[in-house]
Amino acid sequence: MLSALTLILTCQLIGELFTRFFGLPVPGPVAGMVILFALLAIHGSVPRDVGAVADTLLKNLALLFVPAGVGVMAHFGLLGQDWLPISVALIGSTLATIAVTALVMSRLARAGKSADGETPHG
Amino acid sequence: MADISEVWVYLSASPLLFLTLTLAAFQAGTWLYDRSGHMPFLNPVLTAVILVVGLLTLSGTTYETYFEGAQFVHFLLGPATVALAIPLYRQFDRVRSSALALITSLLCGSLTAMGTAVGLGWLLGASRETLMSLAPKSVTAPVAMGITEQLGGLPSLTAVLVILTGILGAVLGPPLLTLIGVKDWRARGLALGTASHGIGTARALQVNELAGAFSGLAMGLNALATAILLPILWRLFF
Repeated sequence: MLSALTLILTCQLIGELFTRFFGLPVPGPVAGMVILFALLAIHGSVPRDVGAVADTLLKNLALLFVPAGVGVMAHFGLLGQDWLPISVALIGSTLATIAVTALVMSRLARAGKSADGETPHG
Repeated sequence: MADISEVWVYLSASPLLFLTLTLAAFQAGTWLYDRSGHMPFLNPVLTAVILVVGLLTLSGTTYETYFEGAQFVHFLLGPATVALAIPLYRQFDRVRSSALALITSLLCGSLTAMGTAVGLGWLLGASRETLMSLAPKSVTAPVAMGITEQLGGLPSLTAVLVILTGILGAVLGPPLLTLIGVKDWRARGLALGTASHGIGTARALQVNELAGAFSGLAMGLNALATAILLPILWRLFF
């Protein structure tokens, strides 16, 4: 448990140092994800306790966005000035992005070899 | 017995109160979501944010004071992002077999996100500063803020727009995907991660690990694509 958490934090730390040192346009934790992925690939499997810690963190991922979300309250003024273009742009662009990405992917992936049997229900 | 205002002074100075409030609000949101039979508009993040903002406003607490307690939850976003390597590794055979389709759809989605956000905002007369802050709204917050700063917008406004985009995608995405008949878990996950970064990924992971793996990967790749493409495109059009 503790060693798995240490491994994850170490990957994040190296990721932060690496992206800052080279001025890369990705956040440290995303670089950390790539590092951990590389380590798993070298190791050839997911160690049981690393899997357990990761699953616990990811099962509660949505909770972790609450503090940042509450930050909306500090910007009601800024949002108010351009509220109409902002709300239309956010809703319209989010829907368009989801539709375009999903439709292109499902067409291209269907044209490829592996198709999915299961159907979603959520 | 101590005066109630003395108790409040103690509580509002300690991280305990706002840490507990964050967890309790999210629990309440999750309870409501489960009780409603998973109605998209009762997304637990949305409910928790509304509850906390309401309580802070009523008690006259600033966001800075709240964040001193909530930062312990916020910090875990970093390790959780690193942990996305695990579903990605477990599902990597599926990722590799559709790599070309994945990259193509990601680029289409990334360009749609930037183009429609700036286009719609411009059509409705948003200020130049707002447009700059709006452009990277589908990208995970730290990268989006960096891009906005580079363009000359307001990073703090971007942070808020990024979170709102995430919540919108998590709420509207799954019903939209069902409406347009996309059943492939890979496509569903990729779309949620491209359009609404980590909050979309959290939503995708709740439903299916394959969708979660594609969503986490899309979040990382879209951050990279937008950071490279947006400054170039902006100079081309403005």
